[in-house]
Amino acid sequence: MLEKVLKGSPKYYLWLLFLLAVIGYAFIVYVFQLIYGLQLTGLTRNTSWGFYIAQFTYLVGVAAAAVMLVLPATFHHYHPYHRVIVFAEFLAIGAVIMCMLFIVVDMGQPQRVLNVILHPTPNSVMFWDCTVLCGYLLLNAVIGWTSLEHESRHVPVPGWVKVLVVISIFWAFSIHTVTAFLYAGLPGRHYWLSAIMAARFLASAFCAGPSLLLLGLLLLKRLTGFDPGKAVVKSLSITIAYAMGLNMFFYVLELFTAFYSGIPGHAHPIVFIFQGHEGLSVWVNGWMWTAVALAFISIFLLAIPKFRNNLKILPWALVMLIIASWIDKGLGLLIGGFAPTPYETYEVYTPTFWEVSVGLGIFAVGALVISILWKIALEMKREGGEPFALPE
Amino acid sequence: MNSSRRYFLKVASLSTFALAAGAAGTKAAGAEYEAYPEGLKAKRWAMVIDTRRFQNPESMRPIIEACHKAHNVPTIPGPKEVKWIWDDTFEHAFADDPSPLLPRGIEERRFFLMCNHCTNPSCVRVCPAGATYTTQGGLVAIDYHRCVGCRFCMAACPYGSRSFNFQDPRPFIKELNAAYPTRMRGVVEKCTFCAERLEKGLMPACVEASNGAILFGDLNDPDSVVRQALARNFSIRRKPSLGTDPGVYYII
Repeated sequence: MLEKVLKGSPKYYLWLLFLLAVIGYAFIVYVFQLIYGLQLTGLTRNTSWGFYIAQFTYLVGVAAAAVMLVLPATFHHYHPYHRVIVFAEFLAIGAVIMCMLFIVVDMGQPQRVLNVILHPTPNSVMFWDCTVLCGYLLLNAVIGWTSLEHESRHVPVPGWVKVLVVISIFWAFSIHTVTAFLYAGLPGRHYWLSAIMAARFLASAFCAGPSLLLLGLLLLKRLTGFDPGKAVVKSLSITIAYAMGLNMFFYVLELFTAFYSGIPGHAHPIVFIFQGHEGLSVWVNGWMWTAVALAFISIFLLAIPKFRNNLKILPWALVMLIIASWIDKGLGLLIGGFAPTPYETYEVYTPTFWEVSVGLGIFAVGALVISILWKIALEMKREGGEPFALPE
Repeated sequence: MNSSRRYFLKVASLSTFALAAGAAGTKAAGAEYEAYPEGLKAKRWAMVIDTRRFQNPESMRPIIEACHKAHNVPTIPGPKEVKWIWDDTFEHAFADDPSPLLPRGIEERRFFLMCNHCTNPSCVRVCPAGATYTTQGGLVAIDYHRCVGCRFCMAACPYGSRSFNFQDPRPFIKELNAAYPTRMRGVVEKCTFCAERLEKGLMPACVEASNGAILFGDLNDPDSVVRQALARNFSIRRKPSLGTDPGVYYII
């Protein structure tokens, strides 16, 4: 199967080369971070998590999103999804690998990462997060690989894989729930101490992840002619629309509790990320309002079938949704979480150039893994005689 | 015949020796081992700070110096600083009320901030490597050699008591105290309630430098200095509503 990676068009090679170049650059920056420590980041004593942990959080959501295809295909026997499920599973593998890398680069002592396994601490949510992420990676790798192999040889998928598939459905929900628990159980961090955190995480994951997948599939169709099928595009965009609706609704619930109760602690972080504090304007304010605007435009376009089913409009709606949800989770969540500080003071965290560089490198690793895995999947499908073009 | 008798004697004597050694070993293991017999002991260590005796930052400086010098705490300027004990205003220290109308004496007063050595420490709860843990007497300690530097404990601490070594702290140590270890970059550190001094029968460095303005003792012992001070004076703690049960009391 691996030999499929090696045969490709010049464009394919150029793409891989570009990703490798980005990875190489980021690796050099990371070596400097290893030598000089996390002083290269914009993190401080009061804002001790930032860009890295935010990306980790967002990508756990992307990984969990595969379940939006696996669940209907398994529990409701929705067959059109079977054609593309392997792409969702491989996207999840790439996302989990990025998650792990973001955790490692955020560590002050990355060479001690095995301490988490050598000294297991079941009371720590981080321990469980590591466990469920490793498990999810393994599940997706085994399921994706074996089902791909069996399908391309036209033999039925063995029973034990089906058992794993059912487990993976529940597992997907668990990974993002546990990630939310990292935040939602901390006393004194008002923005995070919310019971709806896990539900909000899942909703945002189930709109952003499938959006990313759908964009990837549409791109794949353009590049290789592999048509995911009309039914897939249609049902997936409906799923995305509902999940985005829920995601926005849950955020409104947060706003209600914070502002109707009048409890300052609940309102402060939200005011901070949208307005700054007493004249202290924060760069993230503009981003947050952009996210609001993009969220409303994308849900408008996705909710109305005329726009949603228009393949010229749909990709733009998806892009807007991805940006909106990324700002919410990849920027606002962490900056809001650390505002105000434990002394009711405010400070502005800004990721540094180096921090973003390392982050881009990890995204490039993810893109590389996904590109290679998708390439294998495509070639296996071609070999198995699965038609690339579908009848209108 | 001869050789077999010799063999028997050899085995018998060796087994007797082994049995005796084994028995001695079990006896030694069974004996109570007491670490630091000269050390101070308590069920629940607590600190009482008489804030009336600290009216200006100058009176607090020597105490902060004493702690930071004893523990090789680096002086790093800017928001990536490392500190074990420091001072701040009432509004910042007791940040529950956003606009308190305070009497002048309290508005101008400074308050010591440090690790509260909580009974229910959220930092210990979240540590994924068991690097932060509760030891005898309720002290919250950090194993700098096990800490992975994930900073989950910093997010979990509602008091902002923890510092992270964003860089190698050693060049920033003004005067090296060879009797106490330095830290390396990438680990979290904080006040230890001077566990290393308690073991030697000494009071914490800040208590010793405070001329009786900071008291330290067993909260579970009704006759201890801290209990007596708390019985006679009105005291508050930082963010008690969070359920962490902090071990630092402030006499107002």
